[in-house]
Amino acid sequence: MKNLQLTTEGKLKHFLSIDGLSKEILTEILDTAESFSSMSEKQVKKVPLLRGKTIVNLFFENSTRTRTTFELAATRLSADVLSMNIATSSTSKGESLLDTIRNLEAMHVDMFVVRHAISGAGHFIAQNTAPHISVINAGDGQHAHPTQAMLDMFTIRQHKHDFSPLKVAIIGDILHSRVARSQIQALNTLGTQEIRVIAPKTLLPSHVESLGVTAFNSIEEGLEDVDVIIMLRLQKERMTSALLPTEREYFKCFGLTEERLKFAKINAIVMHPGPINRGVEIASSIADGPQSVILQQVSNGIIIRMAIMSLTLQNNGEAV
Amino acid sequence: MTNNNLEISSLLAKLEAELKVLILKKGLKNPLMIGIHSGGVWVAEQLHQRLKIQEPLALMDIAFYRDDFSQIGLHPKVKPCQLPSDMEGRDIILIDDVFYTGRTIRAALNEIFDFGRPNKVILGVLIERDGRQIPLQPDCTGCSIILPIGQRIKLTGPTPLSIDIQTINTDKTAA
Repeated sequence: MKNLQLTTEGKLKHFLSIDGLSKEILTEILDTAESFSSMSEKQVKKVPLLRGKTIVNLFFENSTRTRTTFELAATRLSADVLSMNIATSSTSKGESLLDTIRNLEAMHVDMFVVRHAISGAGHFIAQNTAPHISVINAGDGQHAHPTQAMLDMFTIRQHKHDFSPLKVAIIGDILHSRVARSQIQALNTLGTQEIRVIAPKTLLPSHVESLGVTAFNSIEEGLEDVDVIIMLRLQKERMTSALLPTEREYFKCFGLTEERLKFAKINAIVMHPGPINRGVEIASSIADGPQSVILQQVSNGIIIRMAIMSLTLQNNGEAV
Repeated sequence: MTNNNLEISSLLAKLEAELKVLILKKGLKNPLMIGIHSGGVWVAEQLHQRLKIQEPLALMDIAFYRDDFSQIGLHPKVKPCQLPSDMEGRDIILIDDVFYTGRTIRAALNEIFDFGRPNKVILGVLIERDGRQIPLQPDCTGCSIILPIGQRIKLTGPTPLSIDIQTINTDKTAA
């Protein structure tokens, strides 16, 4: 089956999901991001790669970190950025998604960065937009959040260098997490030795093992000897039924505490895609502690998005 | 012109001598030498030693500043620049292997200015060939040659440095 994300030559055209992307493409993204890493030392934190390109941030769902890092990434590539505030746009006056897209296309834009509460929104736009436009998925429903997964892979590689010997534990609300789904795909594609998911049964999708992970219902057992710990936020806004007794109860059973951290390897890193709920999924002392790389993840979010934007837009130039 | 005329050691000697004169003439103070990845770095390594420059050699990969992104896309494996954080007011000796269209130097100058406003910049290249497309020129050269369109100079290195003149297969006829 043809992958919508790739050109006929197998180059990245859209970035919608980790699914169907090769290890080579993921590695190319990580390497390109690394090339951008020395940029923050410059007085002028910009490169002229995407000068003259227009990038539209279409955020149908709230976001602070993701939207601002996408904006920063685009401006550091010298692109022009338009961030649409959907709440005050025509969509709230009844305009359909496709009509919104058509109108923006008529303004000669080059890229849509889309966040939407409905799974598959990015794919839908990619299928229906003009051929020169690239689409990046900035999170769609419970499906995928591939740029977050890639910045997490970048952070892991920064600290651990090689994925093949690693044991990685993802802890928390796996059921509602598009981040976890994308992370699992990326970790598997990059050849991670073992991926564990740790959650109460009510927050694990059924047949979760089919994703290529081992499931644990005890955090102590699951953390044994791991190199990387990824905490997830409890997505209360997506919980439609009584999946948990209380937040306090959750922290008691599944929160990351100093005592529990000791089960992992001594040099294990602790990650969280944010926003963090202190005292719900993670103790403050760990979020701010020496093993936490949470703020590095945020910084890496900029360069990884620069890499993905420039890799997808490079195939859109006029033919020579 | 044959490869015999392009003897690396004599080219380096001439470039070194020209740079020495110019550094004195312009009164460059504690100059910073920057080699442009990859051939320029190899040439700069040699000159940096010969000219006994105090400041460590700086490296620059100008791939993100090229002007052909929309034609040929991103260059694979771009090396992070190794430049001192404060370039403001510095005297700079920029070194590349071959000066051809001038576009690489245009990109390098733009990148340098993004690190701060330098005081003076001089440009030394091992070989200057014909085919300039923008109004820039080197200050010091190892030699200047004229090559038929469709031929290019390829420096291999770093040890030993050697020069190869290659014929490029191109469908485009000379305009």
